[in-house]
Amino acid sequence: MPEISRDEVAHLATLARIELSDNELDHLAPQLSVILESIASIAEVAAADIPPTSHAVPLTNVFRADEPRPSLTAEQALSGAPESEQQRFAVPRILGDEQ
Amino acid sequence: MTAGDLVRRSAADLAEALASGETTSVALTQACLDRIGAVDGAVHAFLHVDAEGALAQAAASDARRAAGAPASALDGVPIAVKDVLATGGLPTTCGSKILEGWVPPYDATVVARLKAAGLPILGKTNMDEFAMGSSTEHSAYGPTHNPWDLDRIPGGSGGGSAAAVAAFEAPLAIGTDTGGSIRQPGAVTGTVGVKPTYGGVSRYGLVAMANSLDQAGPVTRTVLDSALLHEVIGGHDPLDSTSIDQPLPALVEAARLGAAADMSGVRIGVIRELGGEGYQAGVQQRFDEAVQLLVGAGAEVVEVSCPSFVHALAAYYLIMPSEASSNLARFDAMRYGLRVLPEGPDGLPLASPSAEEVMRATRDAGFGDEVKRRIILGTYALSSGYYDAYYGQAQKVRTLISRDFAAAFEKADVLVSPTAPTTAFRIGEKLDDPLAMYLNDIATIPANLAGVPGLSLPAGLAPEDGLPVGFQVLAPALADDRLYRVGAALEALLEKEWGGPLLEQAPALAEEGTAR
Repeated sequence: MPEISRDEVAHLATLARIELSDNELDHLAPQLSVILESIASIAEVAAADIPPTSHAVPLTNVFRADEPRPSLTAEQALSGAPESEQQRFAVPRILGDEQ
Repeated sequence: MTAGDLVRRSAADLAEALASGETTSVALTQACLDRIGAVDGAVHAFLHVDAEGALAQAAASDARRAAGAPASALDGVPIAVKDVLATGGLPTTCGSKILEGWVPPYDATVVARLKAAGLPILGKTNMDEFAMGSSTEHSAYGPTHNPWDLDRIPGGSGGGSAAAVAAFEAPLAIGTDTGGSIRQPGAVTGTVGVKPTYGGVSRYGLVAMANSLDQAGPVTRTVLDSALLHEVIGGHDPLDSTSIDQPLPALVEAARLGAAADMSGVRIGVIRELGGEGYQAGVQQRFDEAVQLLVGAGAEVVEVSCPSFVHALAAYYLIMPSEASSNLARFDAMRYGLRVLPEGPDGLPLASPSAEEVMRATRDAGFGDEVKRRIILGTYALSSGYYDAYYGQAQKVRTLISRDFAAAFEKADVLVSPTAPTTAFRIGEKLDDPLAMYLNDIATIPANLAGVPGLSLPAGLAPEDGLPVGFQVLAPALADDRLYRVGAALEALLEKEWGGPLLEQAPALAEEGTAR
């Protein structure tokens, strides 16, 4: 039976880039265990020869004509940005201190 | 005719009133805005009301009509839009703090089509954060209240759209349905809601929760109104690569045909797995009575079995969070939305935080509990080592569910079930029990997994609590017209029994302030 530990939830939160508080970790871990337990039965349902369905409408390679058309201006694209500079998104540093 | 009467009329009626010159779009839009002003303090269906914009669109509509050139059958009939669709120049929050104050620089295709057809947009409706929930309690801006009983939930995630229509604040609204978010709110508020065939209505500009399941559709008070609205918003869109490049079936025609309530030659399949145990007695009773009305109108009723449906909820709660965890990665505090600067252990802002630290702090502050639960669950299901056991298996179950539908549609033209297992529950009742909340969608989820269309319409009030019960009709992919034919027939049969629309039986809401 899948049981998800507090440490595992903390690790998943790191992967998902969410800083969870101790309090949140305490209540999320048991809730997620209950949810996982209820969906665990799925592991035994479908046989190996059943093809997976990722999408209800089987479409592949949908193309449209490659024609120029109006797009957002830089001002429009930046209108919701928390910070911008020289017509670009301004972001916090992306490298470590030493790099 | 008073403004109060105007807001209670169907969109089809209002379209005729506009065409005959009995009223104007400005008068009608003002009547809706007044009603919003009078009751939305109690209902809280709207997150944002755009009185100025709606009245300007209404005036333009009246000018078009005066010039003899209305843009569509619904030109001038106002509408409310769920806050998950991008509206250029109008705030779009998805019920989340992470998008508070965001104003999109473009329109979703559905919104662009509403504008092109001349429907004034009254405002944006409340929803569970990022459409994750069945009660609208997960909105970061507070819950919406069910107009039938303000202590109860209006369903979710599109509780705002359903409540706006049920409270006569708007004749029409747009919802989105990933696992039942149009149909279940319709059921518990006594309104009509339609989830079109997947790919039948463009998803361009619809903020994605689970791309392979999300579908926008009509929220209305009558089946005909849904058909009229569906024809405005539906059809191929080159901006959505999953949009189906085929003409829509004749939906309005099907609804008008259905209203004659002749069901001879129509085969109706009752889904054995969606009923009985786990369904409230009064819900089951009203459903069974409605099926008998269809039999009385000449329908042939058969029982069908869809054995894989018992696994639909589990498959859904793996596929949906997996897609959501990936989709919501876009809220990274860099290009739009909230940016929160992290604090060190001393409580002071970090001197030079990294982008990753900013993302983590922002996503903790900006997302609510349910969104975090689903992102973590999806991240888990997609982790190496678990992927095959969970996500892979869920995709196989999806195949089995599609096969069950295909077999059932060999025996029946449409399938039917109760829309939701219970009537509206009390606000707060299931908030701390996510699993109990998820069970609300048990009857609606299979259609999303298979991409088939579904409609919910009111079937009456449950005898034990006097609250609305929903009746669900499902059709094969691309046969949305069948929903309207059978839905309109049942609506006509039921209204004959009730002596009018079910919403006429709803308690009157106290009006504040603006008495006219």
